[in-house]
Amino acid sequence: MEWEPREYEIEREMIRRFARAVGDPNPLWQDEQYATASHYGGIIAPPTFILAIGLEQFVEDVMSLTSFGTVLIGGTELECYQPIRLGDVITASFKISNLRERQGKMGRMAFITFDSSYKNQRQELVAKCRQMVIGY
Amino acid sequence: MTEQLYYEDVVVGGEITPLVKQPTTRQLVMWAGAVGDYNPIHYDKDFAQSRGLPGVIVHGQLVGAFLGQLITDWIGERGVLRKLSCSYKGMNYPGEALTCKGKVTKKYVQDGQHYVECNLWAENSKAEKTVLGVAVVMLPSRADYDK
Repeated sequence: MEWEPREYEIEREMIRRFARAVGDPNPLWQDEQYATASHYGGIIAPPTFILAIGLEQFVEDVMSLTSFGTVLIGGTELECYQPIRLGDVITASFKISNLRERQGKMGRMAFITFDSSYKNQRQELVAKCRQMVIGY
Repeated sequence: MTEQLYYEDVVVGGEITPLVKQPTTRQLVMWAGAVGDYNPIHYDKDFAQSRGLPGVIVHGQLVGAFLGQLITDWIGERGVLRKLSCSYKGMNYPGEALTCKGKVTKKYVQDGQHYVECNLWAENSKAEKTVLGVAVVMLPSRADYDK
């Protein structure tokens, strides 16, 4: 199962909120002056910021299709190819690449593998992510 | 900002300076908002208990982001985090201290790039490793700067 790709414009506040939530004071993510003087030449997002792109919509889509009470994430595999820069427009594509079900102590359980990939406005592959999710 | 780490400075078996975190319920809410993960097992105790959990739990991905911070703090500005895999083995609860640690397992040069691999983990106050991770990073070489 595959979803239509969606676009996300990366704004300063999204990166700032993410860094604050993690408690990560690295000036590359938030300090304009510092980041501009760095070899990146401007603010970039932390690599794990990928986790914030498109997740909300995707989780809603998935939950609307399933009857699970909740989901737990069992694992995440992230590969980063390009930094995400402030102002980038990231296109995120999500798909379910594997699904198996069995009966567990809380009833029906599903083990789902989600794969996502992210491109920037220059059509460069920015990152790929695989998440192993348990629905029950 | 931390000092730049160079490939030549890394020793296999060497440890990464630990990062201590103490996620609070407030931090879980901030994370939920920042990434758009509104699963109530992370903020609603009654709901979490109805799903068989002892109480609200820390988002595994937040701990994954802590491990990401451990790495980006360590590799410095010119280091690049290329891969990060995390496996959420056990539950973490708000209010408990979590220490993020890492150890270098491998270093090699491939296609002119200098790579270092590390095992990472987050352990709770009982020294249980609740999240296991592996990172692959690219580091600058002193040789590239001495040219």
